[in-house]
Amino acid sequence: MMETIDYSSFVPVNGQDVDFWLNVGNVSDFPDNGGLCFKHDVLQIAVFNFSSRKEWYACQNLCPHKMQMILARGMIGSQGGEPKIACPFHKKTFSLKTGECLNGDECAIVTFPVREENGEVYVGLAKMTGDVLQGSAIF
Amino acid sequence: MKIIVVGNGMVGYKFCEKIRKKENAQHCEITVYGEEHRPAYDRVHLSEYFAGKTADDLLMAPKEWYAANRINLITGELVTNIDPSKKTISTHRGTIDTYDKLILATGSSPFMPPLHGIDKMGVFAYRTIEDLQQMEDYGRTAKKAVVIGGGLLGLEAAKALLDMKLETHVVEFADRLMPRQLDVKGALILKDKLTALGLHIHTSKSTKEVLGEGKINGLSFADGSVLDCDMLVVSAGIRPRDELAKNSGISIGSRGGIEVNNKLQTNYPDIFAIGEVALHQEMIYGLVAPGYDMAEVVATVLSGDNQASFTGFDMSTKLKLIGVDVASFGDALDVEEECVPIVYENKAKGVYKRINITRDGKYLKGGILVGEADAYNMLLQITQNGLSLPEDPADLILGARGANQSASGQGVEALPDTAQICSCEGITKGGICEAIEANELTDLAGVKKVTKACTGCGGCTPMVADLLKSVLESQGKQIKKTLCEHFAYSRQELYDLIRVNDIKSYDELLGRYGEGDGCETCKPAVASLLASIWNEVILKQSTIQDTNDRFLANIQKGGSYSVVPRIPAGEITPDKLLVIAQVAKKYQLYTKITGGQRIDLFGAQLHELPAIWEELVAAGFESGHAYGKSLRTIKSCVGSTWCRFGVQDSVGFAIEIENRYKGLRSPHKLKGAVSGCIRECAEAQSKDFGIIATEKGWNLYVCGNGGARPQHALLLVGDVDKESCIRYLDRFLMFYIKTAEPLTRTATWLNKMEGGLTYLYDVVVNDVLGIGNQLEAEMETLIANYECEWKHAVENESFRKRFSHFANSEEGDPNMKFQEVRGQKMPVEWGSVV
Repeated sequence: MMETIDYSSFVPVNGQDVDFWLNVGNVSDFPDNGGLCFKHDVLQIAVFNFSSRKEWYACQNLCPHKMQMILARGMIGSQGGEPKIACPFHKKTFSLKTGECLNGDECAIVTFPVREENGEVYVGLAKMTGDVLQGSAIF
Repeated sequence: MKIIVVGNGMVGYKFCEKIRKKENAQHCEITVYGEEHRPAYDRVHLSEYFAGKTADDLLMAPKEWYAANRINLITGELVTNIDPSKKTISTHRGTIDTYDKLILATGSSPFMPPLHGIDKMGVFAYRTIEDLQQMEDYGRTAKKAVVIGGGLLGLEAAKALLDMKLETHVVEFADRLMPRQLDVKGALILKDKLTALGLHIHTSKSTKEVLGEGKINGLSFADGSVLDCDMLVVSAGIRPRDELAKNSGISIGSRGGIEVNNKLQTNYPDIFAIGEVALHQEMIYGLVAPGYDMAEVVATVLSGDNQASFTGFDMSTKLKLIGVDVASFGDALDVEEECVPIVYENKAKGVYKRINITRDGKYLKGGILVGEADAYNMLLQITQNGLSLPEDPADLILGARGANQSASGQGVEALPDTAQICSCEGITKGGICEAIEANELTDLAGVKKVTKACTGCGGCTPMVADLLKSVLESQGKQIKKTLCEHFAYSRQELYDLIRVNDIKSYDELLGRYGEGDGCETCKPAVASLLASIWNEVILKQSTIQDTNDRFLANIQKGGSYSVVPRIPAGEITPDKLLVIAQVAKKYQLYTKITGGQRIDLFGAQLHELPAIWEELVAAGFESGHAYGKSLRTIKSCVGSTWCRFGVQDSVGFAIEIENRYKGLRSPHKLKGAVSGCIRECAEAQSKDFGIIATEKGWNLYVCGNGGARPQHALLLVGDVDKESCIRYLDRFLMFYIKTAEPLTRTATWLNKMEGGLTYLYDVVVNDVLGIGNQLEAEMETLIANYECEWKHAVENESFRKRFSHFANSEEGDPNMKFQEVRGQKMPVEWGSVV
């Protein structure tokens, strides 16, 4: 079974404690209203181009429901204005803003700040600590 | 604002329920005075009291409901006076209460004709639970009972007496039963049927006197005859209970009833009257549905919406009387004599149908159905909406000539409360219904949140949606089938909008007819519609497709995909088998024969899919669309080419059909089969459409299903040639694609269809809607636009690029893990990766 890792140490809080901005490519690489998955060391990060809202979001690629690396292949949408991502496996939906599960389940995901500058897209990360790097793969 | 409701019957109760649902009326203080000791109960189903229901079963809501909804219910207290100038009421106990708005829902009382001896022991009215209890007590010592009145309520009362095992007679003054709804011939058929069920019916009989010493022992009639009996139930019409209003200076009609305007206001604007006591445009409505409608109007007006108004009510009605279907709609008796009737009468079967067609043959004005009323809803729609009639209007009632089976009740209503609906969460039908009622849920999202149903595999979602609908309908609520919060339209409406406005993309549809950003419900549903209408390659709008359609493969546990090449009808050459084997070995895929006679290759990683398909396409394979809500396979038995029993070439026909409809996008997956003889080895009767060879041609069956609730397909047409079979299939499939709700299989679609197979036969074979040619033409367009999606994808570099787990690395997902089981690879259990 999966080991428990404390992710919070390297997730920037409200975009504040960003240690560095990871360039994940050009706007044109992304599908409209869809996502891509990026590998950064052991991290898997799902980045979404919410083009109908002209917004960008990023979250863990791992769906916590059945522990599947999949959210980047999910479908984005909104629920009462809240941007969300639906997992393709069992349609669990999560807020792209807060990471909260919108189906009333207890599991939540972590989200990352995203910035677009001169056509380039960046995801804000905190420095990974040694403990985290020892985990085999995350998110 | 303080509201007083006088009368706690069905309509008075309904008013309370409705006003408590209005957001702008939450601050209202509500007091209800009911003269009976019991809270409001369901009078419509009173005869069920005799069929075993208890008085509590019949309650509209228990006393606790009123408390929970902040409604002060005072039972057993009769309001005796109203002072409109002071805005007060007083009761028989001397209570004085004040109001801002007063609602009179005092209902009606049974009309007791002024017969000599009507006050004798053993004479009952048929109105309240107390009446029934007294009838029941008295009936224990009685043997022979008479009902005066052969209308709706009188026949209901007769049913109650039959249930008490009494010899039961019905006496009607008019020349026929149900004189308001039926003509002479229809009433005769009804009389025959009821007589066969044990009722004794006497028409054109005018009762003169109730005989007996203190206690009834018979009736005498104007024609001099006498009928012995020891019990009498009177159901000779209703009288509005307008005495309270009358004594308080409120305007009453010349023949009774409180006069109201379109807002149900009396001559005092703060006093309203609803239900059977209200006289609206010279009309008293003795049915519950218009009463509910009035309650809604007043609740709306009091919540501040002055637009609401009551403009009359269609009295069309369909009911089961003692097991006999009776329906009457529109101008059933052709009172205005502007029509020519078409009549079908079958005395042997006890069926009578009459439709009144205008003299120019263009419109349906009304009609009568006795013994068989399946077509009621369709006919009512045609009447109310002024729809045009088929060339031969007789088709409307003669219906399914050639196909006489009807879809049996397979809907959720038929399930017992203990039936398990959501097997993931172990939730029963009873549990879901209770949750909907207790939490006053109105949408699927709410049901999911409270019960957790549908949150596992989601396979129960359509059934939960049906349950929600049936509970809401039983509460008298209107349900509009909207797709989700982003589209206030049903799938069928969106189909028309897309087609009529030539809309080609999801974003365009959302921009013009939707709101918000879409979601995982509407995006795939619209994607399916666009594919069903235009049949363009779905890769062009990949992010609105479900993951399976987005990557043209079926996602499996662990995030790998399975690959299913099309093998039409299951016929495959050894060379092609070799190609599949080679590809499977090269990419280390687990192989399994599917239930649809083809081969499934599991365990491919996302980035491997284009290479795998490149090899398959080169060998002549096409996409099997196992990932889509679309045609899957046409299963076949070997048929007359090899089989010593076969009478037709089932494989050949199955291949033709599969190639005809491959790639056809539909509301749900579609499966078919062709059997070469009556032994039915292809199991065609468990498919969405099944074809079985006969000596003379082919039998076409439709709307079967395996899966969670198996259902046999029904015979649509028999012994037709290939061309006709394909023509009917084209129409059937196109009609399904156009009208079914999302994710509804053909079996469920038919179960929910008004008129069932009879109606489907009318549309597909009789072409009563006149859309046969159009359906065929639309199907031709879809077939002409077919293109193998995988061929398209592997030949296009920009599409190929999408098949990758990481955007910034060519490797696969390092977390994907397999184990070996029985000599092949399998994914590891959920959650054991990472």
